[in-house]
Amino acid sequence: MAKMNYRKRLIDFDKRTVESPDGETFEVNPMQDYYCDAKPKVHPPSKIAPLETFYNWCRAESIFILGFGTGCGAIEMRPLMGPMYDASRFGVFWRPTPRQSTVFFIGGYASVKTLKRIVRSYEQMQGPKWVFAVCSCTINGGMYFDSYNTINRLDHYIPVDVYVTGCMPRPEAILDGIDTLKKRIKEGRGEGANKYAKNFEWYKANQKKIIKDWDMPDYNW
Amino acid sequence: MNIVYAVATIFITINYGLVLQGIIGKVYARVATRIGLRIYQPYINIIRQWVTRTSINHGIMYYLGPVFRFTGGGGILIFLPVIYGAPFFSSFSSAGDMLLIMYFMFLGTLGMALGGGESGHPYAAIAVTRGLAQTTAAEFPLILAIFSIVTQYQTLDVNQIVAAQQGSVLNWTLFTNPLATIAAMLAFLGSMMRSPFDVVLAPQEIPIGPPTEYQSQFLAMLMTNRTIFPVAKTILYVNLFFGGVALQDSWLLTFVIFFLKTFFVYMWSVFVGVSFPRFRVDQSVRWFLKAPAALGVLAIIFVQTGM
Repeated sequence: MAKMNYRKRLIDFDKRTVESPDGETFEVNPMQDYYCDAKPKVHPPSKIAPLETFYNWCRAESIFILGFGTGCGAIEMRPLMGPMYDASRFGVFWRPTPRQSTVFFIGGYASVKTLKRIVRSYEQMQGPKWVFAVCSCTINGGMYFDSYNTINRLDHYIPVDVYVTGCMPRPEAILDGIDTLKKRIKEGRGEGANKYAKNFEWYKANQKKIIKDWDMPDYNW
Repeated sequence: MNIVYAVATIFITINYGLVLQGIIGKVYARVATRIGLRIYQPYINIIRQWVTRTSINHGIMYYLGPVFRFTGGGGILIFLPVIYGAPFFSSFSSAGDMLLIMYFMFLGTLGMALGGGESGHPYAAIAVTRGLAQTTAAEFPLILAIFSIVTQYQTLDVNQIVAAQQGSVLNWTLFTNPLATIAAMLAFLGSMMRSPFDVVLAPQEIPIGPPTEYQSQFLAMLMTNRTIFPVAKTILYVNLFFGGVALQDSWLLTFVIFFLKTFFVYMWSVFVGVSFPRFRVDQSVRWFLKAPAALGVLAIIFVQTGM
């Protein structure tokens, strides 16, 4: 009998009122995930134009890439870190956490399972942020165009700033893409984060069409 | 007026630290046969981090973590005679002593531990335990060495310790108490966040240590401190073991001596860093508690017995 009670207690996920050691009573719902559910906001650029130009120059010259290899093209990031191509001389560095990176490097095909993680990581990055998509798979699906399991066009799900074609592109092509991204940022055209916030409903609807097991908050802060 | 001097000292130190970071990045790159980053890259990185548009706060302690860290670095700096005998760079050095500076050395680490803990990220929590274990082990030989020289000079005042080393190169603690110097220089490696003792912050390990959740201006604050803290620590070592930097006849000569001394003491950690691979935390804790700790104990015994 005691065993039965124990098991019953384990599966008791109902909402209930709990008393804390301090005597305070509050309601707890074990099934609810506690997170911030505020929608993303548009953060307009600074109104003082020369200042914004300077900021954009700094942003362009100090690029922190999120080292998250989503597909086969991610292997092309490695030569960029080494002595052969050495991207650090152009102010490109890799950070291991989305919180501290500004450029999301999508390295090729994104399966449905990966797309979920891409969306999560993208939303955790702090704006202004940019997406850098390599390989044909991110543009039109590439060789996986009719796969049941991969998406075809990445910019239906997150705003993409620069595409680099190829299967796979060589590191030189990626360096050239980084150069293009820098130009875009310096011209003030790298407003992907604001675009995402403006068209949030559209992006969310597209994402939810693909990701069937949606078990995360609508916006991950 | 002292406050203005202190702020100016911190400002100059930030610039010196940023230039050093650029040089060190270049050294690391050249060792790996890369061309390496631009010397002024740390400036751009830090400005770019300050002008991020969005940021997320996880709570009061999370907010205070970088502030504590900055207080730790700045605190060491303003209570040190950066240039001995000069009113400009000594700011509050007569107001604090060795004990206060030792508190400040640990304050930043503790603040970071509490801040990283409140971010709620499991990686931050595990990195905090690893970081605290390693820092505590690294502080042990340093504190033994400091005990040794404090008994040697019979004072806790850094100004007097520097004053006792003036006159000749042979008066430096390096020559009067070599064992304490060696123990402290080995402990120095552990607090500079460079290989072989950088497992806590290494991006290739559990990323990226306590600041996993820190972003935007919070991270900018931490990056600012990363420039101050190593330089402050280097100045402390120069003061304690290498005769300090006394005010010479000309300011130019004073600055040349200052930059030479701090640069080479700082480079000690860089040269070791580029040469040796990374220790695990348990290995580094064992390493600190063997030879450096034994040297520290020997230094105390030698001073006490007057050998």
